[in-house]
Amino acid sequence: MAVYSTNEFKAGLKVMLDNDPCAIIENEFVKPGKGQAFNRVKIRNLKTGRVIERTFKSGESLEGADVVDVDMQYLYNDGEYRHFMQPETFEQYQADEKIVGEAAKWLRDQDSCTVTLWNDAPLAVVPANFVELEIVETDPGVRGDTSGGGGKPAKLATGAVVRVPLFVQTGEVIKVDTRTGEYISRVKE
Amino acid sequence: MSVDWQPGCSLQMLHLRAKMLQNIRKFFAERSVLEVETPLLGSAIGTDPQLDFFTTTFQWSPMQQKLFLQTSPEFAMKRLLASGSGSIYQICKAFRNGESGRFHNPEFTMLEWYRVGYSLPELMSEIDELMMQLFDGIKSFQPAEKITYQAVFKSYTNLDPIAFSYEDYAAYARNHGISEAITICGQDQSAWLDFIFSHHIQPHLGWDSICLIYGYPACFSSLARVNAENSAITDRVELFIQGVELGNGYYELGDFKEQSSRFDREIAARKASERPDIVKDNKLLAALEAGLPDCSGIAIGLDRVLMLLSESASIDEVLSFSISRA
Repeated sequence: MAVYSTNEFKAGLKVMLDNDPCAIIENEFVKPGKGQAFNRVKIRNLKTGRVIERTFKSGESLEGADVVDVDMQYLYNDGEYRHFMQPETFEQYQADEKIVGEAAKWLRDQDSCTVTLWNDAPLAVVPANFVELEIVETDPGVRGDTSGGGGKPAKLATGAVVRVPLFVQTGEVIKVDTRTGEYISRVKE
Repeated sequence: MSVDWQPGCSLQMLHLRAKMLQNIRKFFAERSVLEVETPLLGSAIGTDPQLDFFTTTFQWSPMQQKLFLQTSPEFAMKRLLASGSGSIYQICKAFRNGESGRFHNPEFTMLEWYRVGYSLPELMSEIDELMMQLFDGIKSFQPAEKITYQAVFKSYTNLDPIAFSYEDYAAYARNHGISEAITICGQDQSAWLDFIFSHHIQPHLGWDSICLIYGYPACFSSLARVNAENSAITDRVELFIQGVELGNGYYELGDFKEQSSRFDREIAARKASERPDIVKDNKLLAALEAGLPDCSGIAIGLDRVLMLLSESASIDEVLSFSISRA
């Protein structure tokens, strides 16, 4: 794997730090006029999601991390692992609940998502920004209310619970923004 | 093919820069300080162990001469002072290799001035007056905060920067989430001071008033005189506004023997850190031997001043063409 010097650190670069794969968020060159040069780096640990600050002496280097984001199709859950497939190669990957994390509540069989691979093994799963899911359970709304004010919780086919307007009913399909968990609209089949 | 040829700054910024330069020239004209020019290409260069330079070759067939793009006009201006110029100032480009970032461009604009007969406190008052004039109508500052390096260091960290104790500094680093400093700085006092000052002190300086820090530890002497009463500190001043380092000044060292041995020490330090080898500037040393009048001087980074005047987040926004567009 390539080695990157502090001058090459930029947002998005994947490097190894303390034996974990990390992504650089921000890199600031700090140098007192006549003093020692440092790079103050904001970095995300891709395993834990935690963001830390770390200072390097300018010119220090870190090993690159073999981390790639791959578009995949979510196949099924066997109870222990969730299975994904790369549509072009048909290559399959499995990931446990710890890796899938929050993404699990948005994943419907056959939907596409992004799987981050580290050394060819899943590291994280990110659902599509927008998903369309069926409501399996919600209180019946007040008849005639079309204003959308207020709202009520609705359970979706994948288990996620989102707030929806009062007029939306069980059995309907809705569009949700997975980044915020917010209801966007009804989807007419 | 689309080529990005346009400037990185707005046209309005060009006007703001021109206005700033006019204000500075007016300020010094009113005080009868003479504007001068000195070469950007020089046969010698400063020995500062933390500065890297650009070199080029003067082709004058059959001769060739290695020349240095100046990291500051300091040496040439001191030769003018020694020749009897009186108080002088210069607005010029300075070049520093290996520096690029939100506050750094390898080529930048510097204002440097020297006041013959001024002590460091007198120079500090004039720095304050110039800044008040430049920021007039943009920001209203309280009277300048003038505080020693030791006092400001202690007030933010409880650490003593002059009576340096490695154990105290290492413990501070562990307790403040910067334990990497222990590896980076080791036993090097200057590195520790640079690390902690730039991370934990500088960001707080110069918000309500401009901030002038003076009385630097002797390890940061550079071209400043050692304090007459306390040899552990040096007569150096730095200017900070809104957490940004803007300038660096000295009660100028005139003793050519002392200057020569500092050059030797810095050249040795450069060798130890495997920086390019250089020779000391004998023309400066000869000028000091002939006699530098007692004077104080400071260099101020004008692009950074412009960043603050325009509330720009990056130096790219105030330069017509920063290095990535040059």
